Order: sequence, then C-alpha cells, then structure tokens
Amino acid sequence: MGGLEEEKHARYIVSVEKKKDDFESLVIEHLRMNGAYWGLTTLDLLNKIGAIDADAVVSWVMECQDKDCGGFAGNLGHDPHLLYTISAVQVLALLDRLDVLDIEKVSDYVAGLQNEDGSFSGDMWGEIDTRFSYCAICCLSLLGRLSKINVEKAVNYIVSCKNLDGGFGSIPGGESHAGQIFCCVGALAITGSLHHVDRDLLGWWLCERQCKDGGLNGRPEKLADVCYSWWVLSSLIMIDRVHWIDKEKLTRFILNCQDKDNGGISDRPDNAVDVFHTYFGVAGLSLMEYPGLKTIDPAYALPVDVVNRIFFTK
Amino acid sequence: MPSSDDEVDRIPLSARPEWSDVRPVPQDDGPNPVAPIAYRDDFRETMDYFRAVYLADERSRRALDLTTEAIGMNPGNYTVWHFRRVVLESLNADLHEERDFLDRITMRNAKNYQIWHHRRWLAEKLGPEVANKELEFSKNILDLDAKNYHAWSHRQWVLQSLGGWENELGYCCMLLEDDIFNNSAWNQRYFVITRSPLLGGLQAMRDSEVGYTTEAILANPLNESPWRYLRGLYKGDTSQLISDNRVSELCLKVLKTSNSCQFALSLLLDLLCYGFQPSEELRAVVEALRNSEQDTVSSNLAATVCLILEIMDPMRSNYWAWRRNNLPSQVC
Repeated sequence: MGGLEEEKHARYIVSVEKKKDDFESLVIEHLRMNGAYWGLTTLDLLNKIGAIDADAVVSWVMECQDKDCGGFAGNLGHDPHLLYTISAVQVLALLDRLDVLDIEKVSDYVAGLQNEDGSFSGDMWGEIDTRFSYCAICCLSLLGRLSKINVEKAVNYIVSCKNLDGGFGSIPGGESHAGQIFCCVGALAITGSLHHVDRDLLGWWLCERQCKDGGLNGRPEKLADVCYSWWVLSSLIMIDRVHWIDKEKLTRFILNCQDKDNGGISDRPDNAVDVFHTYFGVAGLSLMEYPGLKTIDPAYALPVDVVNRIFFTK
Repeated sequence: MPSSDDEVDRIPLSARPEWSDVRPVPQDDGPNPVAPIAYRDDFRETMDYFRAVYLADERSRRALDLTTEAIGMNPGNYTVWHFRRVVLESLNADLHEERDFLDRITMRNAKNYQIWHHRRWLAEKLGPEVANKELEFSKNILDLDAKNYHAWSHRQWVLQSLGGWENELGYCCMLLEDDIFNNSAWNQRYFVITRSPLLGGLQAMRDSEVGYTTEAILANPLNESPWRYLRGLYKGDTSQLISDNRVSELCLKVLKTSNSCQFALSLLLDLLCYGFQPSEELRAVVEALRNSEQDTVSSNLAATVCLILEIMDPMRSNYWAWRRNNLPSQVC
C-alpha cells in the first residue's frame, strides 16, 4: 500500500497557496489565515517550511491585524475574530517572528472577549463556544499573557460543558463531540487543569471512536473522518491514553486517504482532498510518530521545537 | 453556490442604474501579494461593490440588498454577515422578514456557523414570541439531518433562553423511533430530563427512563448510545446502579441472546467493579462466552469478562487489558 507521499503533499500545499482561479478558493478567502496555519504547519511537519517566503507571509499576516482593537482577521478587508487571531499567532510562532507583535495589544483583544461566566465570545458579536475558550487560552499562553484572563472562571466554564460520558460539548448540555473535546482538553492541559478530566472515562469514550475501517469518528454512530485523527488522537495523548486505540489501523486509514498522484489528503478514501484534511492527516501521523515527520505538540498544535523555542528559550 | 437560474437572471452591478454612483473597490492583496487571487467575474464584482459600501460604512437599503447577494454567493463570509447586522440595526429593519430570509438560506447551508449565529442574534432580539417558531425551524433542519450539531446547539439555546419545553421529550421519542442509533437525540433526551422545568429532574424521571432505555437496548443491543444513557441515569450513584435488578438483568438477557455484545460485557464489568455480586446464572452465561482455546483461567468474573473483551474487541485490546490489570481488589 505504500507510505506517506511527503513530496507530493508539500507540492500540493504550495500549489493551493498559489493557484486561486477556481470558485472553491473564492469561497474560503475569508479564512485564509486558518489556511495559512494548516498549510505552513503541515510544511513544517514535513520539514519543508524553508520553501516559504517568510517575509511575505509575515507582512500579509500583519496587514490582517485590526489597528484599533488588535485582533486579526481571516484576510485583508475582513473583521477581526478569535479564530483568526490564534492562527495568526501560530503562524508567526512557526516562522519565529513573534517579535513583530505588540503583545500587549493582541493579548488585550483576546482577554477582552472573556465573559462574566468565564466563557469566551468569538468576537464583538457574542457567539459563545468552547472552541473559543481554546483559541483564547492557547493564544494567550503562547504570548505569555494568561494572567490577563480569569483562568479559574475560564476553567469552570469548560468544566460546566463536561458530560456524563466524560466528553465535552460546545455549550453546557451540548453533545460530546471530538472537536469540542480537543478544545476543552487542550485548554485544560494548557492551564494545568487536567485533574478535572476523568481520564479513564474519557479515554474509553475516545477509543470507542475507532471504527472497523481503522479510522476515527467524532461521535457515536457517525462515519470516520481523517480530521478526527487529530481531534481524538491529540486528546488521547493529552490524557495519556493513546495506547487504547489501534495505531497501526489508524495509520493505514490515513494513508489510504491520500491522493497519491496529485498530493493532498481527503476526509475519507477516494474523496476530494483539501488543505484542512491534509493538515489533520499529517498531524495525526506525527502524533503517532510516523517516521520522517517532526513531532507535533498535542495541546498547542504546533511542532514541539516551535513550542520549546517559545517556552524554554530566553 | 449560485444556481444556473441565478446566473441567467443576474444583471452586473456595473449595469444597474441604482449603483452608478459607486466606485467598486478591488481586493487588496497587500504590497507583496502572497498569492494574487483570480476571481470569477460575477463574484468578483459583487465583492468589489461590497467592499465599497463596507469601507464607506454605507448603511442603506441597497447595501442590505448587496449583502443578500454576497451571502447568496458565499454564506461563509463572516465580514458580510457582520456588516449586514450593522445595516439591519441602522435601518431598524423588519426582523421578521429577516427571519424569512434566514430560513431560506439555512436550508441550503445547514452546517454554516455564521448563519446559525445570525439566527441566534435575531431570535434574541425577537424574544420569547419566536420560541416555537425556532423549535419548528430546527426541527425542519433535523428532518434533513438529525445529527446536525448546529441545529441541536440552537435548539438547546432556544429552550433555555426562550422556553418551549412542553413537547421536547415527545420530540426525542419521535426521533429515536426514526433512528434509535441517533446519539444526538439521546443526548437531547438527557438534556430534557435533567433541565426541563416541567419534569421532576433526574431522580423523578429515572424509573421511567430506565424502562424506556431497557426496551431500546433489547431491540438493538449493538447500539452504543442507550448503554451510555443508562449509565448516565445513575449519575454518580453507583450503589443504585448495582442494586437496580433491571440493569444486571438487562446484561444477562442481552448476553443470552446475542453472544458478541461488548456493550453488555463492559457494563457488567463496571457493575462488578462497583461491587455487584453476580448470580450463578450470570456467571454461567459469561463462562460460556469464553473462547475455549483460551488457556488463562481467571479467578474472578471481572477478569474473565476482560479476557473475553480482549478477543471480541481487538482494536481496543490494550484498554481491556488495562481494565484487567486494574480491577479493584474486592471484585467478584
């Protein structure tokens, strides 16, 4: 069956960034900041980030910052939002260019989105979701400014979204979903609050996500999808239970989702590829220590050497 | 995506007299474009005009109509939605009309975060009078995809903020009749019995819910959701869980009739770990499931259950082996 097509995936990502003449690219232009994070992180995991013009990326990222509030938009001419602020910070971290940031300004923007009950809104319009708790906490931690928020309340809100199966939803009472679980467990890990997680119970729920085809789903009775290779796997690693899934079968599932001719990875075998699933497939393989890939940090979703550079170099 | 009808009918903005005073603003890719984008003409034009009104902060009727066109072509563009809200507020627009527009758009884009957030923003403004309509609408979406996470989140928010609990348990029953495997519906059921101000809470509902769940499990034992739901009914009360005969009898019944039910075995394992004393009949049924080739004979039933599961559910054999190595000392 063969292995990972590193060269082809790297070329696929670079080509997506350059070619923008189809309608599919138009409809995601507003989230290009996320796309940059997915693409660049994948390239770094493949040890190919040197191919990128870092200066051009950095100046574009900074053009996307709202000069008044300090938050980042998905692309030029868009409004700021937490989702793009975390991606912007992650991209700058990848390129070791966090020095270009006015850290107080960005962190004030993020901290300002915390609500009374500890939850976070995505932006001034007030949508609340545990995804935003993760974005805020991960971002502030990378910037060394977690003290700007009420961490205890933030943790309490996340815990209020914990369900009886040990999982987490987007809001209190929301169905446990692997994506939300990653966000909540990641946020708890970063704030040193993993004692709120019942690791055995959640670990069991997570390992039950593995389907007969070896892939992982996000909720009971749903289909496997490559992106859950990240959400489920990183959660299992953070709670130290990854040995409860069959890694070999999952690896084969991810490799089967590759487009071996043109590069890229899709959500399931024989479907169309995209940068999103390419990132999650490669990141999942990295978590399972697939040879040739850089190691990725399960909580910060950045290569470990990038995280170490931020926290251990002074 | 615009339909072929839209393309035939659409008049370019540059040809519309009511837009003749506006200079469209092209996409700015910055001084050093990372990757210049080539657009399809009609989309490009719409977004160029949108940028013009957005940058000029023009909060007019035609700006509102323009956001309608832009949303029609790309409902994921969150900046367009933001500006639309700003314009709606400035114009003091009819929010009921806005609801109708949203209903149409959502049917085609049911997994779009921006649309559901806009819907909530609208419902917050309209208040409790729209509670039933919002429940009706989310039901329409769930008719097409009964596991749509956005629809469920919205429904939960409506119930808690605007009310409408009366028929919710009945609605869960209906969905589960359609598809007993629908985990979202089981989750909603739990949401209703624990949070509805009209029911008595978990304690009061437990008895009837155990009955309901038992029936569901017996009809389809290989269904993950009701097994988890059953555990949830005894939230934190393991002594009740092991003393309620219905639970252990359920395991027994299922194991007698479907000899590869890992859910029954894993619940039995949990019961044993909580101190449950198994009957001779239960022991015998479990023993009969042991692979006769297995050399390992274990001293207790719980370890036997783990050994069986290691063979029956090989993908999770590490988990079952860990359970076996971490049994409480007093377990049967």
